[in-house]
Amino acid sequence: MWIKIILVLGIIVIGVLLARPASGDRHLALRRLFMVFLVAVAIVAVLLPDWLTWLAHLIGVGRGTDLLLYVLVIAFLVFVSTTFRRNVVLDRKIALLTRAVTLAEARAEDAEQNQLNVKAPTDDSASSGSA
Amino acid sequence: MDAMSTAAPSRQDGSTIDDVCIVVPLYNEAPVIGGVIADLRQHFAHVVCVDDGSSDGSGAIAEKADARVLRHPVNLGQGAAIQTGISYGLGLPGIAYVVTFDADGQHRIEDVIGMLEMAREKDLAVVFGSRFLDNRTKSGWAKRIVLKTAVWVTNKTTGLRLSDAHNGLRVIRSDAAKKVNLTQDRMAHATEIVLQLSRTRLPWGEYPVEVLYTDYSRAKGQSLWNSINILVDLLIR
Repeated sequence: MWIKIILVLGIIVIGVLLARPASGDRHLALRRLFMVFLVAVAIVAVLLPDWLTWLAHLIGVGRGTDLLLYVLVIAFLVFVSTTFRRNVVLDRKIALLTRAVTLAEARAEDAEQNQLNVKAPTDDSASSGSA
Repeated sequence: MDAMSTAAPSRQDGSTIDDVCIVVPLYNEAPVIGGVIADLRQHFAHVVCVDDGSSDGSGAIAEKADARVLRHPVNLGQGAAIQTGISYGLGLPGIAYVVTFDADGQHRIEDVIGMLEMAREKDLAVVFGSRFLDNRTKSGWAKRIVLKTAVWVTNKTTGLRLSDAHNGLRVIRSDAAKKVNLTQDRMAHATEIVLQLSRTRLPWGEYPVEVLYTDYSRAKGQSLWNSINILVDLLIR
């Protein structure tokens, strides 16, 4: 029974992650804490496999391996959603960078063109200056 | 190409409109872009073509046809190209209006001139082209459903009451264009631009235009798949 609540909550959290703008520092800190937690759990699960089964039984899952699978699915969904978010941010940066490059190039071309235009009609400007 | 034969006659005195910047987002339209630009240049002094990383030499053709060609080093999408063009156009001296114009030859120049007249006469900040105000445009039923869905989503999210949302023809006065900052790089920019213009609370209008569905544009046009992409882009930001 408990596993259903945990899984549904996990999926909801992923949905929220997906809709929320990725904020820098807290996001990174949470990722790192999650990572540490994951390593700790993995080590315990290797050293004491019975513990995993005990935990599974506690929340209404038949076997420890099943629990592992469920957690893996949730972890994968989290990965997908955070990666998607990071991609969106990255795309935005590339777009801004590309636009800056394009406009800088255009400004350089325009300046060059203006210089040519100024140089070409020197006779006119000289005569109009004396007039 | 035959679409171009319907272009408006050149102005008698041979002068061109010079307070308007035409922004043409360009991505792989080599067969038609030359004609589109040449026709535009007969009427407008400033035709800015944003080559969005084309791989078929479209940019060089547009340059030969005397457009000011800006180049995106990589392909970003139509929305990003339009934003680059608008940013550049607003930097030109004496620009009163920015016009977005599709590169595939589906718009008519008379419509642009009519929209500009409407904007000047009624002092409108934005004039949207609409193919659904009259029955000239002949689109298939599938396309009609897609476009009407896009209109519905756009009207729901922006609070405006437009009859056509994904029409590439728009006249935007420079003060309104300054408020536009498109972040939807792909096709969902059509809704985003309406949203941002509606937030300016400036007066706007719609003008009936004819969209020329040539065999060329039909072969290239937005597919039904693309409408799914547009919806997803709008929902997940």
